[in-house]
Amino acid sequence: MFWRSSCAFFSCPTCRPTWRRNWKRPKRTTRTRILSQHTVHISTVIKRQLADVDNSSVLAIAENFKRGEWKAVDIVMEYLQRIHEMDKVLSAFLSVDAERALYKAQLLDEKWDKGEHLGPLAAVPVAIKDNLCTKGMVTTAGSKMLETFVPAYDATSVARLEAAGAIILGKTNMDEFGMGSSTELSGFHPSKNPWDPSRVCGGSSGGSAGAVSSGMAPFALGSDTGGSIRQPASFCGISGLKPTYGRVSRFGLIAFSSSLDTVGPMACSVAELATIFQILAGRDPMDPTSWSEAAPYSDILHRKGALDLKDVKLGVVDIFSSSLEENQVNDVMRCFLDSIRVFTKLNAQVVSISLPYLEEALAAYYVIAPSEASSNLARFDGVRFGSRQEASHISELYQKSRGLGMGAEVKRRMITGTFALSSGYYDAYYRKALRVRQCIIGQFEDLFRQVDVILCPTTPCAAFELGERMGGDPVKMYREDVLTIPPSLAGLPALSIPMGFDANQLPLGLQLIGNRQGEDLLFRVGHAFQMATDWHRQRPPIYRQYVQSSVTKSSS
Amino acid sequence: MRIGFLQVVFTSPCCKVIPYYVTNKQRIVLCRQAKEKLYPRKHKYLHCSCAPSTTRTKEDVLKHYEAVIGIEVHVQLATKSKTFCACPTSFGAKPNTNVCPICLGFPGTLPLLNQEVVQLATRAAVALNCEIALKTKMDRKNYFYPDTPKNYQISQNDRPLGKKGYITLPSGRNIRIHRVHMEEDSGKMLHQGASSLTGSTHTFIDYNRAGIPLIEIVSEPDITSPSEAAEYGEELRRIMRYIGVSDCNMEEGTMRLDVNISLRRRGEKQLGTKVELKNINSFHFVSRAVDFEIIRQGTLLLQGQKPIQETRLWNEKSQSTMTMRVKEVASDYRYFPEPDIPPIQLEQHQVDAIRRSMEELPAEKRKRYVEELGLSLYDANNIANELSIAKLFEATVRRGVAPKLVVNWIMSDIMKYLNQRRIDISETKLNSENLAELISLIENKTISGRIAKDILPILMEKGSSVKSIVEERGLQQLTDKDKLEQLIKDTIVSYPKEVEMYKSGKTKLLGFFVGQVMKSTGGKADPVLTNQLVKELLSNGL
Repeated sequence: MFWRSSCAFFSCPTCRPTWRRNWKRPKRTTRTRILSQHTVHISTVIKRQLADVDNSSVLAIAENFKRGEWKAVDIVMEYLQRIHEMDKVLSAFLSVDAERALYKAQLLDEKWDKGEHLGPLAAVPVAIKDNLCTKGMVTTAGSKMLETFVPAYDATSVARLEAAGAIILGKTNMDEFGMGSSTELSGFHPSKNPWDPSRVCGGSSGGSAGAVSSGMAPFALGSDTGGSIRQPASFCGISGLKPTYGRVSRFGLIAFSSSLDTVGPMACSVAELATIFQILAGRDPMDPTSWSEAAPYSDILHRKGALDLKDVKLGVVDIFSSSLEENQVNDVMRCFLDSIRVFTKLNAQVVSISLPYLEEALAAYYVIAPSEASSNLARFDGVRFGSRQEASHISELYQKSRGLGMGAEVKRRMITGTFALSSGYYDAYYRKALRVRQCIIGQFEDLFRQVDVILCPTTPCAAFELGERMGGDPVKMYREDVLTIPPSLAGLPALSIPMGFDANQLPLGLQLIGNRQGEDLLFRVGHAFQMATDWHRQRPPIYRQYVQSSVTKSSS
Repeated sequence: MRIGFLQVVFTSPCCKVIPYYVTNKQRIVLCRQAKEKLYPRKHKYLHCSCAPSTTRTKEDVLKHYEAVIGIEVHVQLATKSKTFCACPTSFGAKPNTNVCPICLGFPGTLPLLNQEVVQLATRAAVALNCEIALKTKMDRKNYFYPDTPKNYQISQNDRPLGKKGYITLPSGRNIRIHRVHMEEDSGKMLHQGASSLTGSTHTFIDYNRAGIPLIEIVSEPDITSPSEAAEYGEELRRIMRYIGVSDCNMEEGTMRLDVNISLRRRGEKQLGTKVELKNINSFHFVSRAVDFEIIRQGTLLLQGQKPIQETRLWNEKSQSTMTMRVKEVASDYRYFPEPDIPPIQLEQHQVDAIRRSMEELPAEKRKRYVEELGLSLYDANNIANELSIAKLFEATVRRGVAPKLVVNWIMSDIMKYLNQRRIDISETKLNSENLAELISLIENKTISGRIAKDILPILMEKGSSVKSIVEERGLQQLTDKDKLEQLIKDTIVSYPKEVEMYKSGKTKLLGFFVGQVMKSTGGKADPVLTNQLVKELLSNGL
């Protein structure tokens, strides 16, 4: 287990930087010796090849590995080096287990040598959001409360990825327990946006988004409760999918709001998301809320005529009427209108629709989610696991452990939730919020009788500056989620894909909302859009710098 | 007055400690001598209003007040695994060995509802004549306590599985059931460093019990007397055992009782202040605890004071109740629907199937025994007490034996045998065929009743047919008159002194002669015939 303090990469065999003060140097086993010898001859070819956008896609990596062009250890080494170089600036990772990753890579290489069966994601490195349990790796959910928590089980989604051959690089930063929209509310440190390190990377899956956007991982797992995959994907210029509620198992996901939580993939392109989703989706006996039907996802992207959207009816949300912030409206509107034009070119039918309950949805969300959270987070009491403060009495133990272990925003939401569930207020808040939720579900049902996919911007604005929305009115931060919350409440799948840049060269996201279990159509529409545009192929400056410096260094 | 146990009873807010002696008659009397033996400081945390200066008798109290009693029963369902995970439910495992991340509430784990729990709970609700909610759900009951791993308990709130049921007591009274719902058990805490919670230095928690399935059965406050409270508990246990839902072992905690009791003035409608009694671990103590509470509360009321709303613990040693905690405000459990478990949908045909597969319940059995078989109410209650006994009884009767004879055999010799060895009838080799044969052999005088009593243990242990035992050991009754006459003559001759005494009027010696004859025949002589012959021979003077 390697816990990062200032550098995510202190166990890299090629460079041994300052060790954490009280961290014990591991015994040099045969395995590490072999690896450290190996890394002296790290292939510069792979480094150069991986620098290319097309070669660093999930599919390309798996393919190159299976063909025997690249070694898994080399792939992992390259990504570890990227983390080492770039995470100093971005702080996207909470922990990186280089040794474990290299060991797994070595196993895969041996498997390849023996000609054994390799999974569809063989040798593809992945970053996991830190609220997904990983067996034997610290899982903190971004909270000091769980600073030392090592689960004895894998989340189903993580286990499925590993079974498919993916290699876990490390755990990514997030807002504490997923409560926040900027990753500034992490219990450890804020993460920065690769496009502009003075800005936030969104949240709560901000670490995952930053890692994928900057090329520190080809893809990542995130979790989405009210926009936690889509909003950071939009801020960091990548693609992210929030699946239908129950389509991907929640087992092993440290619960924030049980009836809203979903686990989903984040990657550069929709085609990659589709491949990963195929592996993630499906009934899990460990999650009773997972869908009992199997995910009959067919390879829809490669079907003949898949890129022609003439049979798809798109509903465009009339965002002029909704309350977007004035100064940002221009850029978001321009890009949004541009992307609608792309869809018209792809022969899609476009109709204008409206989402009338945006404000109510926001309010309902901020009653339901904190209410469930107040109960879900009750288990973090210092009695069985997690950090525990010395105390002379049980209530003191609760007060101290929870008081010191949890951040202000978490406390605020738990107090809100406790209040909303209290007797005498239950009807006025929780029950009413559930009624609003029913309204929204009904509204979407009506809409999907008219259209196949709903389009709107993912966020009302591009990434904001670090600290800009901290302190003061928390509702300002909550408003960030106004467009992502309605599909969450209705349990619908939604995709966020890059749709352009604002005046500050910051990426903007387009949200595609699909009908229940309509992920395949979302993939088709999103893929067609990405085939017609190249927004998803843009890389942030920090990545370009890294590629330039490292490639020249290795060739010299 | 005989003095029983030393008991400390504490006075209300002023908190002056006064020692009392408790006698075995449950009368509390002030004792002036014991003052210096007490350590008020040590017990300062306890305070209640249970310090009556002169205690009334129960009769005194009941003249003015009537008791209103409701009982909450937790019954552990006899499933193999826990409610939400695959951990075993076995009793007596080492602490924290029957646990997994799910029942320990580790982050990221989700509860998986055991279908067997719903099945058994529905079975129980059907047996209690409840209306079954076909659409039901689980709820979360939120409260912080270290024995509850998730700090919320998965239970049922507004849509319980069963409601509006009733059970019929052996006395014939119906007690209404308010509701039946499913929930999970919590862990067990062991306080260390002191005998009670307060003052202990540290606490061990055993989560083996956490997540074990329970049903909670809440009665309406229909129970009016201590004995009825015990009767209700016993009947409930009987039903649960009949339908195989639980073994209801109070020592192992698979059945737990909480009694709510309040007193109200006779003739009034309004209920008095409710006191909850916990830690009662036998039915005998249910009536004792209720007795004690009636006297305690009644004494307070008759003095013009009011009992406070509190939870009291039954103390087996001192045969009294003590304040456990005082509820200042109603606690708010912030119930809301459990989002991790989808709503439960039962089909009517499933419920019907459960109803069809159900054994005849004790109340029905008792009724049938009295009405059809002509048993007395007392006998019917005894026979219907245990399902295995009732089954043996019915099967034997079906073989044409008179019910009353079967009852006599079961209630005397068979029960004696079982109780001595603390086993169940199913653990013996006795079956209805053998029992019927045994009784019929007595009836047709092949063997005597005494011999039959000797044969019974052999039957129960080895189980071969009665006839073969009788023949094997030559135990047939001696009914041949001539043979018997000769035997008696021989006996009489060897006791000339006694014959003289008999003749001089000591007719009580008849029994002595009969006994001697029996002894010499090894009990095989027909007792009626022997009696008759001895009498004849003695008076005829041989």
